[in-house]
Amino acid sequence: MTALILAAFLWIMSIISTWIFLRRVWWPPEVISTHGAAVDQQFVLTLIIAGAAFFFAQLGLGYIIWRFRGRGTERASFWHESHKLEFTWTLVTAIVFVGLAVKGNLIWASYVVAGAPPDALTIEVTAQQFAWNIRYPGPDGRFGRTDPRLINDAATNFLGLDPKDPAGEDDITTQNILAVPVNRPVRIILRTKDVTHSFFVPHLRVKQDAVPGLAIPIHFTATKTGEYEVACAELCGMQHYKMRSRLLIMQEQEYQNWLKQRASM
Amino acid sequence: MHLKPVLTRAHRSQVVILLLAAAVLVGYGCGGSKEPAKVAEEQPAAEGPVWKPTGEEGTVTGKVNFKGQAPKLKAIQMDADAACAAKHKSAVFPETVVVNSNGSLRNVFVHVKTGLEGKTFAVSEQAVVLDQVGCMYTPHVLGIQARQNLKVVSSDNTTHNVHPLPKVNREWNVSQPPGADPIIRAFSRPEVSIPVKCNQHAWMRAYIHVVGHPFYSVTGEDGAFKLEGLPPGDYEIEAVHEEYGAVTQKVTVAAKASVSQDFTYSAGQAYHPSSLKTMPALVLPCCGGH
Repeated sequence: MTALILAAFLWIMSIISTWIFLRRVWWPPEVISTHGAAVDQQFVLTLIIAGAAFFFAQLGLGYIIWRFRGRGTERASFWHESHKLEFTWTLVTAIVFVGLAVKGNLIWASYVVAGAPPDALTIEVTAQQFAWNIRYPGPDGRFGRTDPRLINDAATNFLGLDPKDPAGEDDITTQNILAVPVNRPVRIILRTKDVTHSFFVPHLRVKQDAVPGLAIPIHFTATKTGEYEVACAELCGMQHYKMRSRLLIMQEQEYQNWLKQRASM
Repeated sequence: MHLKPVLTRAHRSQVVILLLAAAVLVGYGCGGSKEPAKVAEEQPAAEGPVWKPTGEEGTVTGKVNFKGQAPKLKAIQMDADAACAAKHKSAVFPETVVVNSNGSLRNVFVHVKTGLEGKTFAVSEQAVVLDQVGCMYTPHVLGIQARQNLKVVSSDNTTHNVHPLPKVNREWNVSQPPGADPIIRAFSRPEVSIPVKCNQHAWMRAYIHVVGHPFYSVTGEDGAFKLEGLPPGDYEIEAVHEEYGAVTQKVTVAAKASVSQDFTYSAGQAYHPSSLKTMPALVLPCCGGH
């Protein structure tokens, strides 16, 4: 009886789990970036392979438990040291998973390792406990010098901008509001002032750790206007859950107007 | 084969007792109490009998002047949190340097630094209130006696996180959601210039000055200060400003007399307390085109 309950549990559990994925009960939000579709394809392919292995392994396990339960009439046979069988399943598994890893890394590298297009707009994002500082280079296209000794949060100089550097005079800074134009490549230079954070925009399929001491470039092209969420995906302290920014994706003209309005603040 | 059970009966009962004890502790910790709890800190022993006024006391008055051009500060971008932006109709500026229309400096803490050694003063029963209004600490600078209660309240519809950064007192860091009970704490030791930040709103800053006596004042819209009820004697009076540092002056207070002593800060003397040596961030070399 116990064996039947266990077998039934395995079957029901695997059917419900598979149904949850097939019905897309928990699924990533709509994709709004040029590279996002490839990320989703990779996700679905991985899910199909791993999901099929999980589903059939659980069904088989349930069957074995039911078939050879303690009735005393039939004995399961087993054997050791079948080199051919072990070699085959190790090789097949290795090919499948190394193949998945290579394919996935190529997609990741396309927006992290590969350089951004030359016409990309550069924006600096600096994380801190518990906010996102966004900096635009202004009309001169150059970021002003920063110095950690000049950081003064109380005077709103969150990045330590050096007032003596003329390149920084037109820099535009915001906190928790990241505006980008639609259909234009955007290069993000990712930094952090304190601990490790992670820049995560679920709709863009972009997730990258911000690591102290590093300026990490990533790039994306958004394909749909609207307001989306930037979350911190690395537990960074007590208020981690409140560390979020709005991502505003706008038409080019609207974006230019927004920049002007911010510059005048 | 009979396997020896991992837990004997005696062990099992011990585990059950431990689990029950843990559950009680967790329940106690999470249940919270309606009454705001005052955290008992280590209290320094009283040094002698509490000083009582004799009728001979004097007063020190003065003004904190500011020379030069006040630094131009950028408006706070309150829209980093929509609940903060909703509380303001016009631009809000940082209070790090506020120069009054009469040329005086606001938010300067003035207190008796030396001259009161050996005297013990009664601690006021009344709590000093620090409010959070529109994501700004109000007041920006406050004085309090050691062991006097500080009552932190919030008038905002967003979660704040009150985080004083003392060096000789005990540090604390408490979240305060909308409608939460006031936070009531006390600092056990005198300590001037304790910055208070909000972990949620990086621009929010207050300064708490803890002293061992009631002779302190914070300059307001007229830049004036007044230290009343001082026993006759020689004193060192200190003015402290978050950007321009500390300045001291010596005064002598005669019986029933009033002494005037002004302070002057100049725009060029901003100081940076940290001499942190830092390395520039490494730009990842992997990524052509960046």
